[in-house]
Amino acid sequence: MSRVRIIRVGLEAVLVEVTDTAEATALYAEARRRAVEAVDIVPAAQTVLFSGVPDVDALVASLAGWSLDAPSSEDGPVVEVPTRYDGPDLEAVARLWEMTTAEVVRTHTGTEMVVAFCGFAPGFAYCTGLPERLSVPRLDTPRTRVPVGAVGLAGSFTGVYPTASPGGWQLLGRTDLTLWDPSRPEPATLSPGTRVRFVEVGR
Amino acid sequence: MKRSLTVLDPGPLTTVQDCGRPGWAHLGVPRSGALDRPAASLANRLVGNPDSAAVLETTLGGVTVRTSTAMTLAVTGAECPVTVDGRPAPLGEPLALGSGQTLLVGPATRGLRSYVAAAGGVQVAEVLGSRSTDTLSGMGPDPVSAGAVLPIGDPLHAPHGVDVSVVRRPPDPVTLRVVPGPRTDWFIDEAMTTLTGSTYTCSADSNRVGLRLHGPRLVRERSEELPSEGLVLGAVQVPASGEPLVFLNDHPTTGGYPVIGVVRPEDLAVCAQLRPGDRVRFAAARGAG
Repeated sequence: MSRVRIIRVGLEAVLVEVTDTAEATALYAEARRRAVEAVDIVPAAQTVLFSGVPDVDALVASLAGWSLDAPSSEDGPVVEVPTRYDGPDLEAVARLWEMTTAEVVRTHTGTEMVVAFCGFAPGFAYCTGLPERLSVPRLDTPRTRVPVGAVGLAGSFTGVYPTASPGGWQLLGRTDLTLWDPSRPEPATLSPGTRVRFVEVGR
Repeated sequence: MKRSLTVLDPGPLTTVQDCGRPGWAHLGVPRSGALDRPAASLANRLVGNPDSAAVLETTLGGVTVRTSTAMTLAVTGAECPVTVDGRPAPLGEPLALGSGQTLLVGPATRGLRSYVAAAGGVQVAEVLGSRSTDTLSGMGPDPVSAGAVLPIGDPLHAPHGVDVSVVRRPPDPVTLRVVPGPRTDWFIDEAMTTLTGSTYTCSADSNRVGLRLHGPRLVRERSEELPSEGLVLGAVQVPASGEPLVFLNDHPTTGGYPVIGVVRPEDLAVCAQLRPGDRVRFAAARGAG
């Protein structure tokens, strides 16, 4: 594996740093494919953390032989997120993207995304797929309460709030899909590596 | 009659804790679990519970509970007065309570968190395989409130006799061994020397998420924003203030401030017992290889 930095973390963890989110997603997929022995494998924006690793030396040695160039497995099902595009920031995003709100919806629903990582709250997925040129800033002043199911943008990420919480993402709309249910064997609907497509539904 | 403990006074913060829910960090779920793991384990052993049984974890002010039926309890962790129906009772020993008796765990006199185990374990509902309250995300049961009736399981084994009644007094100052990395190179060369050569004091803002410290600031070499990355238990993160904090069990799964080092796992239990104003030093420890 080229372009990566392998950093030991404490006694039983390794942080692998790559150059962008797509590579981190590919590295995470490869870690899952290889069923790496670790308590937690945590993908993030440009890293994958392996923690609770019983044999750190063996993992570090093995990482040298990994390939990130093979496309990450794209055989998983696509999760469709039915979305009402009536969010309070839809028009602001349209101005930032220099298009109409209808074009924003077409662009957002026409982009196949993949969950790069989760964070901020249990089941909060950072979906990638929008090009960097469509990046939007977070709100200067975060909302004190964003409703469950709100679909928002921050940077080039799309996120869906799995529970009501404060938040600074620019909100495009809202879905009724259950994103988080800890009573299910797979509690997160959108877990890292999941392919996602947003689908417009009537208001 | 069903076995239960009725909470008469929860103190400032009492939560149910077990071994937590590691393995879900990729979904953004903190690990949670008892902060002073050895003390929680001892309490369980004393009442004949498996290590995985859920116990109560108090914070500074103690807790008062009443038994529904005869049951064995044990209190470990912080030094504190303990009474059963007003009569003094020992720490670190199985206590055989009768039906309707009241166990009072008083305010900690040394240390911060006491653990109360009941034979059979606290049997609140599990969430993702754990009964722990996660104070960061709100997963698991709510913190214990006055009047709450906590179901207690049936005892599995007879209570243990006392082998060694362990009340560990943290030294002053406490020394935490820290393995440098992963982001030591984001700081000026002297930062590690500052960390290991200074005495820090615990802030009153400390909680189950992290032990926050006051003391010499650690100066960054690189000022750009660090993309959020996975965090481990015991990570010594340096936020914008420059004053380090040690992440404890309810820490967020990812963070965007650089981690200068990681406290060795055996040294984290003592972090659970530090009070505001207590003194902490760091000693550089060798990594794994």
